[in-house]
Amino acid sequence: MPKLTIDGIQVEVPPNTTILQAAEQIGVEIPRFCYHDRLSIAGNCRMCLVDVEKSPKPVASCAMPVNEGMVVHTKSERANKARGGVMEFLLINHPLDCPICDQGGECDLQDQAMAYGFDRGRFHENKRAVTDKYMGPLVATCMTRCIHCTRCVRFATEVAGVPELGALGRGEDMEITTYLERALSSELSGNVVDLCPVGALTSKPYAFHARPWELRKTESIDVMDAVGTNIRVDARGREVMRVLPRINEDVNEEWLADKSRHACDGLGYQRLDRPYVRRNGKLTAVSWEDAFDAIAVRLRASAGNRIAAIAGDLADCESMTALKDLMAALGSHNIDCRQDGAALDPKVRASYIFNSTIAGIERADAILLVGTDPRREAPVLNARIRKRFKKGGLAVGVIGADTKLTYKAENLGASADVLAKIADGTHPFAQVLKNAKNPMIVVGMAALSRADGNAILAAARQVADTCGLVKDGWNGFNVLHTAAGRVGGLDVGFAPGEGGKDTRGILEAAGKGEIDAVFLLGADEIDTAKLGKAFVIYQGHHGDRGAHRADVILPGAAYTEKDGTYVNTEGRVQEAYRAVFPPGDAREDWTILRALSAVLSKTLPYDNIKQLRARMAKANPVFAGYDKVQPAEWKSFGAAGSISATPFVYPVQNYYMTDPISRASRTMAQCTEEFVLGSKQKTGTHG
Amino acid sequence: MSARVMAENQPASFAFNAEMQERAKKIIAKYPAGRQASAVIPLLDLAQRQEGWVSRPAMEQIAVMLEMAPIRVMEVATFYTMFKLAPVGKNHIQVCTSLSCWLRGSNDVVKSCKDKLGIGLGEVTTDGSFSLEEVECAGACVNAPVIAVGDDYYEDVDYASTGKIIDALKRGEKLPPHGSMTGRDNAAPAGEKTSLTDDPTKPIPKQDFAAAKAAFEKAKAEAAAKAAAPKA
Repeated sequence: MPKLTIDGIQVEVPPNTTILQAAEQIGVEIPRFCYHDRLSIAGNCRMCLVDVEKSPKPVASCAMPVNEGMVVHTKSERANKARGGVMEFLLINHPLDCPICDQGGECDLQDQAMAYGFDRGRFHENKRAVTDKYMGPLVATCMTRCIHCTRCVRFATEVAGVPELGALGRGEDMEITTYLERALSSELSGNVVDLCPVGALTSKPYAFHARPWELRKTESIDVMDAVGTNIRVDARGREVMRVLPRINEDVNEEWLADKSRHACDGLGYQRLDRPYVRRNGKLTAVSWEDAFDAIAVRLRASAGNRIAAIAGDLADCESMTALKDLMAALGSHNIDCRQDGAALDPKVRASYIFNSTIAGIERADAILLVGTDPRREAPVLNARIRKRFKKGGLAVGVIGADTKLTYKAENLGASADVLAKIADGTHPFAQVLKNAKNPMIVVGMAALSRADGNAILAAARQVADTCGLVKDGWNGFNVLHTAAGRVGGLDVGFAPGEGGKDTRGILEAAGKGEIDAVFLLGADEIDTAKLGKAFVIYQGHHGDRGAHRADVILPGAAYTEKDGTYVNTEGRVQEAYRAVFPPGDAREDWTILRALSAVLSKTLPYDNIKQLRARMAKANPVFAGYDKVQPAEWKSFGAAGSISATPFVYPVQNYYMTDPISRASRTMAQCTEEFVLGSKQKTGTHG
Repeated sequence: MSARVMAENQPASFAFNAEMQERAKKIIAKYPAGRQASAVIPLLDLAQRQEGWVSRPAMEQIAVMLEMAPIRVMEVATFYTMFKLAPVGKNHIQVCTSLSCWLRGSNDVVKSCKDKLGIGLGEVTTDGSFSLEEVECAGACVNAPVIAVGDDYYEDVDYASTGKIIDALKRGEKLPPHGSMTGRDNAAPAGEKTSLTDDPTKPIPKQDFAAAKAAFEKAKAEAAAKAAAPKA
C-alpha cells in the first residue's frame, strides 16, 4: 500500500486510489465539479488541481493515482493560484444571475467561487449564450449556466442506463443535450438535478418556489415504492416543497426515483381534511364525534366475524398494529394487508423479504427475475442491479414479458411455467444458477398475486433449494414488493388469523352479504365494486377510489405528516418523521384508531407512540432495532400446485401513477402524458 | 469559427452502398469483439465519402451497426470539424487562412475563389457543384498558402493558380498534379539553399572533441581568473 503525504499528513491508502480520494480520507478538502464518487472519472473541470512535489505542473487530483512517497500540497501558493485561474475561466462564460437562479444557496460554483475564486473578473468581452434544451417535465434547463462537468451525461449513461444525454460540439461551442431534445426517459432522471453542480439543470416542478434557507428539513422514508429510500422532506410552513434523497449506502446510495421525488405536489390536492358520513347517498362533512358514532352504531350491530379490515400500500406499521389490535378486540380475524392478494406466507419471514438485501445485489453473479419489472417497480434497486452488471460477469434471466431493463437480460419466456422447468432442472438457466457463486432469484408481485401464486412461490422455493440459492452467509431468495407497507404489515401480523378471510375472501364475502362492515386503512387498489352492500369505513389521506365508495371517511395523515415505522422490501425497519402537520381535522392514523377504540369501548392499551412501539417490538422482535436487517430463518413455505402457462402481467403499468398521492399529483400527470401516453396520444392536431 | 449545427433538412433515411458496406465490414473487423465502437470515426468518414456530408440518419445507421447509442455517434460527428453536418458542393474547396497562409497571401486566394465561384466562405453554389470553406491551420505552413480540394492539397497557390484549379474543376478536366504549384520540391526552400549546403555524399570530417573541450575549459578558467583578480 503506497504511503504519501498530503499537507504534511502521512496517509497509507490502497493502490489505485486517487489523490483526491486519499485526501478525503484524512479530511483534506479539495474543490471539484466534475468528480463524483459514484460516477466514472472525467477529469475535465480542472478544479481539483493540487501541487505535487517534483511534478512540473499542477496535477488534477481526481484522476491522478497515488504513488509511493508522493508529497502533495493542496493549499500551496501554486495550487491556490491554479484553482483561482480555473475558477476565473469557469466564470468567464457563467452568467451572473445567481439572484434568479434556483440553485442559489446550494450551488457548488457559488460556494467554491467564494472559497477559491478571485474577487473580480478580468474578462470584458461578451459571455456566450446557449439555447435551453428540453429534457422532459421534470428537469428545467438553463444551459448558459452549464460548466460542462458532464456529470449528467455520465449519470444517464452509467447509473440510469439510458444513454440519451451527450455533449455535442467542442470547445466553446460544446453543449449538453438529450438526443434530438427528447425527454430523458429514465425513472431516475431527477437525480441529474442533484448532480448538477450549477444551476444548469434544476427541478422543473420546484422552479422558483422556495430558497433552500427557507426550508425546514426533516429526515424521512419514502413510501412510493418498497425500497424504503431514505429521503429528506423540505417543507415551508405547512407545505412540502420538495423531496430529496439522503445517503444510505445499504438502501439507495444517494439516488431517488422520480415518483418519490416529484409526487409530493400530490400531497396538496384531493386531501381528506375532515370526517365525512354518507347520508342519503351523499357524503356530508361531520364532526369526529358524529363519524365515530356512525361507525359505533354499525359495528356494535355486527358480530366479529362479519367485520373485516384491509390495509393499503402506504400504511405505516403503527396504524396497522392499532387496527389489528382493534379488530382482534372486536373479535374479527378477517384482516389482510395484501390488497393484490399476493401469496406471501405471513408466518415465514424469509418468504416475503428480499433476503440477500439490496446491497447484496453487488455480490450476486446470477439473477433470475420472475414476474417483476424492477425498472418500474423499484428504480433505485434496478440501478443497483445495473451497477452490478457494469462490473461484468452477471447473468440475468427474465421470466415475463420483455421490458426495457437497463442491463442485458436473457428472456427465458413470458409464461410462468418456465419457472417450473427451472425448478426441476430441465431448463438451461438452472445450470447457470447452479454454477454461480451467489445466485439470486427475485420474485415479483406479478408472479405472486395470481391465482396460482402459492404454487409459484413453492416453485421459486424449489429453485432456491435445488440451485443452491441458500447457503452459509448467502440467501438468494428475494421477493420484490411494490407496496411500502407490505412487509411491515406482514411483520405486525396484519394477515388473516385463524379462520379469517384474506383480501379475496373478504371481497367475496362482502359481495355475498356475509360481511357487514369493511374497514379500509388507505386501501385504494382493491376493486371497490366487489364490496357489495357492506358498510365501508375508509381511513386515509386522499379522496381516491376507497374514499369514493366509503360510508364513513376518517381523514388520516400522509407519510410526510406522521411519525411512522416502515419496513422496506429487504425487511429493514426504518423510522420516518413528521415534516408537516396533516391538513384540517386530519390526524395521525394510529391516534384515530385509538380514539375510535375508546368510542367502541375496546380501548387500546397505549396512549402514546412509545407505548405503541413497545407493543410492536414485543409482538415481533424485528421492530426492536431500527435501520437493521435481521436475517430471516429459512423454513418451508408455499404450496406445490400446478402453474398455469399464462403470461405474467406486471403490476406497475404506469410508473408515474401507482398510489393515491401520485394519482393526485399534477407533475405525475405530466409525466404520464409525456412518457406513458406519449406517442399514443399525439395526433396531427397536437401540433 | 462559428458553432457547428446540424442541417435543418435531413434526409429520411441512409444506407451504405455495396462498396461502402464492404469497406465498413473490413474496418469493423479490425477491432476486437465488443470494441466495435472504435470504428465510429472511419465509418463516419465512409458515410461522408458516400454522401458528401454526415446526415442524422447516417449517424443513426452507424449507431445501429456499432451497437452504440445514437448520441455517442453524434458527439463524435459534431466534435470533429472535418465531418460536415450540412450538405456541401460536389467540389469542396477548403482555404486555409491561418497565420502562415495569411502572411503569404491567402487573402488573394480567397478573393480568387470568390471571383470565380461567386460565393462567399461557408456557402454553396446554387447548382451545388462548389462549396467554399475557411479552415484553421491546414498543417502545411511551409508551403503556404494552401487550399484543399477533396483529399488533395494544392500548395504555394496564388490568385492565378487558384483560378486555374477552379477552372479545371468547372470544365471537369484533369486537375494539375497536387502539391506545390510553383514547382518546388516538396518542402524544400523556394530559392537557394541557405543551410545543409555540404555535399551529402562526402564523409563528414572528423572533429577533435578533446581539443575543443580543452579550449573551452581554458577560456573558462581565464575568465574566472580575471573576475577573481583584484581590481586595479
